[in-house]
Amino acid sequence: MSFARRAWAVTWKDVLVERRSKETLNALVFFALLLLFAFQFALGPDRDRLAQAMPGLLWLGFILSGLLGLGRTFVTERENDCWEALLLTPGDKSAVYVGKLAGNLLLMFTVEALLIALFAVFFNVDLSAALPALTLVVALGTVGLAAVGTLFAAMTANIRARELLFPILLLPVQVPVLLGTVKATEAVLAGEPLAAVAQWLKLLVAADLIYVVSGLLTFDFILEG
Amino acid sequence: MATASRVLGWLAALGLAGGLAMGFGVAPRETTQGFVQRIMYLHVPTAWVAYLAFGVVFVASIVYLARRTDAADRVAHASAEVGVVFTGLTIAAGSIWGKPTWGTWWTWDARLTSVAVLFVMYLGYLLLRGMIEEPERGARYAAVLGIIAALDVPLVHFSVYWWRTLHQPPSVMKPGAPTMPPVILATLLVNVVAFTLLYLYFVTKRVELLRREQEARLA
Repeated sequence: MSFARRAWAVTWKDVLVERRSKETLNALVFFALLLLFAFQFALGPDRDRLAQAMPGLLWLGFILSGLLGLGRTFVTERENDCWEALLLTPGDKSAVYVGKLAGNLLLMFTVEALLIALFAVFFNVDLSAALPALTLVVALGTVGLAAVGTLFAAMTANIRARELLFPILLLPVQVPVLLGTVKATEAVLAGEPLAAVAQWLKLLVAADLIYVVSGLLTFDFILEG
Repeated sequence: MATASRVLGWLAALGLAGGLAMGFGVAPRETTQGFVQRIMYLHVPTAWVAYLAFGVVFVASIVYLARRTDAADRVAHASAEVGVVFTGLTIAAGSIWGKPTWGTWWTWDARLTSVAVLFVMYLGYLLLRGMIEEPERGARYAAVLGIIAALDVPLVHFSVYWWRTLHQPPSVMKPGAPTMPPVILATLLVNVVAFTLLYLYFVTKRVELLRREQEARLA
């Protein structure tokens, strides 16, 4: 089987499992809604203050959903004793990484799209003008988040305190992505052109490349046993 | 090995004593900052050792994954531990200097922030090591994390720098004056060398301890 076919097999299996069980997505969407409530209560009804804090809140929402969602990347394999089956994948194990990463990106993009829509409705902001640029920023940030998240999820999958260790490992590494996306989102929501935040976009692209390539190169070592 | 470590230890002690004497005795009292400026002779060497230690973790991690030698893993482990301690020392010494000089223990300045991120990143690394029971798997995972963390350091550095400087120009931590009086420079260099020797001494001791722990487990 080619690399792409093997990666696709992993993604398709996860999509199928998720479509039938709806375990992760339903819970994550509900969680995103609860976050929105929490933000509202924390900041009060002042519209200006909410609008000002929105780029940060949006990414806080993505990161928190990501910590929950990405942390579950290998939960089906572990709970159903299929970890060995992943280890038996023929050839280069990085195909498993690509497959899992694609699944995670699908999940994250779905949750993020919903969260953005919820923000627009509940915080009463018009995002239609900023949407194309916002999509680019969100996509760049999510690739970085998911690339490291998928790798660290595999790393912590078989550790007892995984729920604790996963965010502890992921958050410090994601500081550049968090700073870059919040700054870029801020500019985009203020109606500035993307050129104004070109250096942040370059940083995000560089981070994505570094994370994905190092994930591809090191995943083999995680999945050894 | 034992003699080498002992020699390193004595050299480090000698260097530290010399550095201390120079820092308090030879180096002049700085005119604007006063006595507190002498913390620099501790602060700069510990910061240098912290970066050196994490660089060693990076190289040792790659060597471990390529060769699978336990020695490389022990060096990475020991170096990370020493690095975290020295990062903590750097932050503490900086805070003590910052309070009288800037009027605050902490500010989210670019350099402070990136050192703080480094600190929590490698604390996580040590936590990961502590939580995996099988030594071989722990070594493998830690090596992967050691590589990712090191690759992340430049990204953290640039992002944090832009984050602060796009907002406001650095008002407190400007790059040091290009001309440093030779006495101060010499004092600083003696301390940098002394702390580097201390780092090497700690790492050789810790590596030896880790080796004996492993032997005891296997026996």
